[in-house]
Amino acid sequence: MNFDLSSDQKLLVDTATSFAKKSSPVSRARKLRSDPLGFEPKMWKQMAELGWLGLCVPEADGGFGARFIDLALVLEQLGTTLVPEPILATCVLGGTALARAGSAEQRGRWLAPLAAGELHAALAWAERGGRYDPAGCAARAEKSAGGHRISGEKVWVQGGHAAQLFLVTARTAGRPGEASGVSLFAIDRDAPGVEVQPVETMDGRRAAMVRLGGVEVGADRMLGGEGTAAALVEDVLDAGAAAACAESSGMAQAVLAMTVDYLKTREQFGVKIGTFQTLQHRAVEMFVETELCRSHAIEASLRIDEGGADERRQAVSAAMVQLATGGRGVVRTAIQLHGGIGCTDEHDVGLYFKRMQALGALLGDEDHHLARFAALSQPPGEPL
Amino acid sequence: MELAFTPEHEQFRRDVRSWIQGALPPDLKAKAEVDANFDMAESMRWHKILHQKGWVAPQWPSEYGGPGLDATRRFILTEELELAGTPPLSPFGLSMVGPLLMQFGSPAQKQRYLPKILAGEEVWCQGYSEPNAGSDLASLRTTAVKNGSGKYVVDGQKTWTTYAQYADWIFCLVRTDPSTAPGPGGKGKKQEGISFLLIDLKTPGVEVKPMLTLGGTPAFCETFFTGAEVPAENLVGPEGGGWTLAKALLGHERTLIAAVGQSRRVVRRLKRIAGAQVGADGRKLIEDPRVRSRIAGLEIKLRGLQMANYRSLAGAQLGKAPGPESSILKLRGSEILQQAFELAMDIMGPDSLTWFNEPGVVAPFEEWVPSAFCYTRATTIYGGSNEIQKNVIAKYILGLPAR
Repeated sequence: MNFDLSSDQKLLVDTATSFAKKSSPVSRARKLRSDPLGFEPKMWKQMAELGWLGLCVPEADGGFGARFIDLALVLEQLGTTLVPEPILATCVLGGTALARAGSAEQRGRWLAPLAAGELHAALAWAERGGRYDPAGCAARAEKSAGGHRISGEKVWVQGGHAAQLFLVTARTAGRPGEASGVSLFAIDRDAPGVEVQPVETMDGRRAAMVRLGGVEVGADRMLGGEGTAAALVEDVLDAGAAAACAESSGMAQAVLAMTVDYLKTREQFGVKIGTFQTLQHRAVEMFVETELCRSHAIEASLRIDEGGADERRQAVSAAMVQLATGGRGVVRTAIQLHGGIGCTDEHDVGLYFKRMQALGALLGDEDHHLARFAALSQPPGEPL
Repeated sequence: MELAFTPEHEQFRRDVRSWIQGALPPDLKAKAEVDANFDMAESMRWHKILHQKGWVAPQWPSEYGGPGLDATRRFILTEELELAGTPPLSPFGLSMVGPLLMQFGSPAQKQRYLPKILAGEEVWCQGYSEPNAGSDLASLRTTAVKNGSGKYVVDGQKTWTTYAQYADWIFCLVRTDPSTAPGPGGKGKKQEGISFLLIDLKTPGVEVKPMLTLGGTPAFCETFFTGAEVPAENLVGPEGGGWTLAKALLGHERTLIAAVGQSRRVVRRLKRIAGAQVGADGRKLIEDPRVRSRIAGLEIKLRGLQMANYRSLAGAQLGKAPGPESSILKLRGSEILQQAFELAMDIMGPDSLTWFNEPGVVAPFEEWVPSAFCYTRATTIYGGSNEIQKNVIAKYILGLPAR
């Protein structure tokens, strides 16, 4: 057991820290809220050059083949200033789906450009009514002459507004709720029948609603085995959730520092408000939850490519519950301790508050992850 | 970064586990099986068995008779003992005064006291708190003033002297310079007149009165000193240096105070109870999604604590000073242990009314839950209340200003 950074990891973290501080302070995230793309292609290019976009792409497919924890460490730093580039959407969700399910030919076609920053691939899996279960998929893929004809609607597709390629789940068999029968297809944005509606999300970012009206795809467009994508997508979402937890760990650290700083400077009743024990103890609670967010996030990220599936699911769900309770608690308390100014749009604390809220809504809420954790919990009588 | 223990450490864990299974006497094993409370005699029996194996003081370096284990092995040994539910050892000698003597004691003091602590031949208790010096410990008023024959004469009262009724010795914080006592006429800083003194409980003028705890068990005591004469050689460290020693004690082995193993056992126990209790709908409580969800919530909190503990441990293994994650361990660990018993009581439902009844009134593994539930209110108070822990974190880690 060792939680020290290797020299390579130190270099990655130092680079990400200085990028967040110098090239992308919170003011940049704030400005890009009103931008239709929500991020900057020149920054995306820079991230490709730094090697971040291809970090977890296998070496054979044009990436660096690093461990997931390495990318998580970068995301943690980028979280401290709310860097808005869609690494989670494109690299973690899109990239992991391609890497895990793609054939050698498919990986060669899409992963290398993704790692080079030339392609945004968005995972389109969520539907109205499906909540957080990939098996809730109702979109249909019917056999056609050349392959499949796909119809359905996908909602809140992360990075969908910017994607050139959609990785879409659709049923080749079975009914919504059944684990088998869901397949994964790669669909070009400009394919006939694809309609993309860009939408704003409550955290100032962008996503898309995607409607598929009888989109024809060739046989070479199915990713992975027919009917097996629900389990695959659950695995990919685990990577996404671990990434979200890493990002939120960085956010919690930044918000804690911001709040402690405010307590040390703001004066009322003739003294610094940080001298009040009531406020000190609330700040300590923020500190405790921040440390727990970090602990959970580290375990979740390490388990993405280490150990068994059940252990991974439990660790990820535990970390997401911590995000939904402790992590959200940190940003909510931060607003309370800032007082009125914390409730305005002009103060940064609100940006973190909204992002923390959105991350939980995107990758599974507290009830979902509690139930998933409970289902895997050891029954009574097992040895410890 | 590496989550797994090394193969050598995993092997050590298996060795410890199988040794415990063989070494724990059958009657103690039967009690552990249902998580019954152990009495002091049982704890001391187990102390001596562990001592024979050389494992009674995992934290002690080999020059003092400890097993000379690395930080991870110390942790594994302690955790396995907790997970197996073996009788808890009295911490006052092994974890408190022993390490303090190693750091601050004279060669003669080390030679006199340490071997007997290790062998379980002398049992210790702690004399810190007083009726008017709890969280504000430095306000203590028990005095130790030298008389004509060079002995300290001790007068005053100590409280929460846990297990003093079974102890041979007490280590005390006493005021050797009464002019520093707080209040009108007090001179200098109140911390400066405090010294660290070892007192034989058989000394004339020392009286121990046990008190029942909320758990209905005799753990706490009050200890009274009336003109008790203590040899000057029983002073540890310099006269007036007691506060430094008291603070040093707080820094020892923080990875062990999270009580993760203990809480994991309570979680296992409450699952067992939930597997036996039947709800109004005829289902076992463990099958009720609401109950499962509450248990999962607790397990997740415990998992986060365990991971924070591992981070702290991995740092200790590399010889680093405790990081910020270490300071949350006592705070959250004590809360989680309480919450685990609260949930166990809820799951027991009407059966949680039981209080030291004959066998058969409730299941054997339920019998001790109400007592332990009551007793664990103390976990967020002893060793520095959680509010004091928060003050310390606010000041030393967050750097928030004092009034």
